[in-house]
Amino acid sequence: MIKMLLLSSDNLKAYYVLSEGTVRAVNGVSMEIDHEVIYGLIGESGCGKSTLANVLMMRIIPPLKFMGGSLLLNGVDLFKASDEYLRTRVWGKMVSMIPQSALSALNPTERVRDLIKYVLKTHNKELTDTEITEIARKRFEELNLPTDALNFYPHELSGGMRQRVTIAISTLLNPDLLIVDEPTSALDVSTQKVVLKLLKRLRDSKIVESILFVTHDIAVLRQIADQIAVMYAGKIVEMGQMEQVMQDPKHPYTKALVNSVLTPEPEIRKRGLTYIPGEPPDLSNPPPGCKFHPRCQHASEVCRAEEPTLRALGNGRYSACFLNESTTEV
Amino acid sequence: MLEVKDLTKVYYSGFFKRTTIVAADNVSFKVGEGEIVSLVGESGSGKTTVAKIILRILPPTSESSKVFFEGKDVWMPKTLKELKWYWRNVHAIFQDPFASFNSIYRVVRALQQAFNLWEDLDGDRDRMIAEALKQVGLSPAEVLGKYPHELSGGQRQRIMIARCLMIRPKLVIADEPVSMVDASTRAEILKLFMEMRDQYRTSLIFITHDLGLAYYVSDRILVMYKGTIIEEGSPGEVMESPKHSYTKNLIKSVPLLLRKWTDI
Repeated sequence: MIKMLLLSSDNLKAYYVLSEGTVRAVNGVSMEIDHEVIYGLIGESGCGKSTLANVLMMRIIPPLKFMGGSLLLNGVDLFKASDEYLRTRVWGKMVSMIPQSALSALNPTERVRDLIKYVLKTHNKELTDTEITEIARKRFEELNLPTDALNFYPHELSGGMRQRVTIAISTLLNPDLLIVDEPTSALDVSTQKVVLKLLKRLRDSKIVESILFVTHDIAVLRQIADQIAVMYAGKIVEMGQMEQVMQDPKHPYTKALVNSVLTPEPEIRKRGLTYIPGEPPDLSNPPPGCKFHPRCQHASEVCRAEEPTLRALGNGRYSACFLNESTTEV
Repeated sequence: MLEVKDLTKVYYSGFFKRTTIVAADNVSFKVGEGEIVSLVGESGSGKTTVAKIILRILPPTSESSKVFFEGKDVWMPKTLKELKWYWRNVHAIFQDPFASFNSIYRVVRALQQAFNLWEDLDGDRDRMIAEALKQVGLSPAEVLGKYPHELSGGQRQRIMIARCLMIRPKLVIADEPVSMVDASTRAEILKLFMEMRDQYRTSLIFITHDLGLAYYVSDRILVMYKGTIIEEGSPGEVMESPKHSYTKNLIKSVPLLLRKWTDI
């Protein structure tokens, strides 16, 4: 029997329907997340990556509207599931998300231990207070978090600690998939590393099966991700193993993204300051053809007229560009 | 050109129980003409406090703290005329430039306000604005009529640099100028600062938490930790042979592209 994928989406579409126009934030995303991987989703601001994270979490709040496609999580078709099912079986247990604003996600009037109690009691009313304290203490020890933090109010914790506590609370029910959206962009580099370590530990100790890591920082993904999907203008333009994509990017956008990195490394400094010219397209009025063609140095006639589809290049790699020809369509 | 001597800033808080925080502790450094000096540190290291004292936004705590710009003591009592001279020659660029502008006005007003710094100015003001915008790669027709929220972070910051180019200060203090700009276009903004230096010999104090960025633009890097400068040197020296253990640790925490952490 073939092992079932943890998550698979097919031609997923979700638009923001506004009076001024329709913003095609997620425009036909097909992706697969396997078990036990840290999966990186990278893109510039406004490319739709946070919207995609919300859709995968089934957090579709107007004006965002589901427009088609399918989404399977552990074999369950989430768009056919009832609200009741989502609430009791999916959220927290199958999938959990740390949104971008998580630093202010904790209720400031409650101690960390009471927040934990609330989460556990909601899902299991029979637990006693001593059992809950025991579970919390054990989990904090497992994640190398100081157990003293349980007695603190959120404002008494530093930014990095608050983020780690938020992650610990969100994973109390051992969700299969943890989605983190820019979990470290508000943190200093030394705290960032501690949070990345925590995420890796969650996966390695099998508290969560897989992690979807949404970010704009490719250097961070390089340190932690196994696989990567590159998103541009509401679509995935490249997918593959992290190492392979970084060393040999197939899509011109991925190439430009890798080349625009400014890490303190002599080899990269020699290359000089390079960047992607122009701005990402307005998703309520995207250009025709390939969405990247106005910023692409390889753009030709066909790129302006037709839109390339995501094609398999073999070896688990995919790219949506006319340059990668003589391959089969997905 | 700019000399900062024994800068000390202490914050007091609390009513019954007084707590003190030393934000800057005897900070001294110099910035030469056309030099790019980076002030690198994590949050709470005091880098922004130093910038604010140089900009006359915050007064220093200690009597012996001095800031000299072209030999003149910045904090001595000033006439409006002298102040305008100072503001024209020492210009600030902040993280989110439009946070300090009124968002109900169009971009064009933010640029026109720069002319208030001149007592007398001849020349075609509209043309000055248009030329500055073209220098930073923006089309005047496209951006002037827009409101701040209609622009991306990178566009906003380029407009602020255009404002700088109109004023042509001798020293620019840029506090985290690219942290709200997409990683893919940061280099474009940094390039503009470097071009400004090459063309007009503008000095730059570049304040950032990102050692990577400092490594690319600086002539000299100063690393701040708990209010003091703990390391100083050329980008190569600081990155390849850091002396202080804090700097060593900081470098180890920066995610790199070509090397993978082994300790995670």
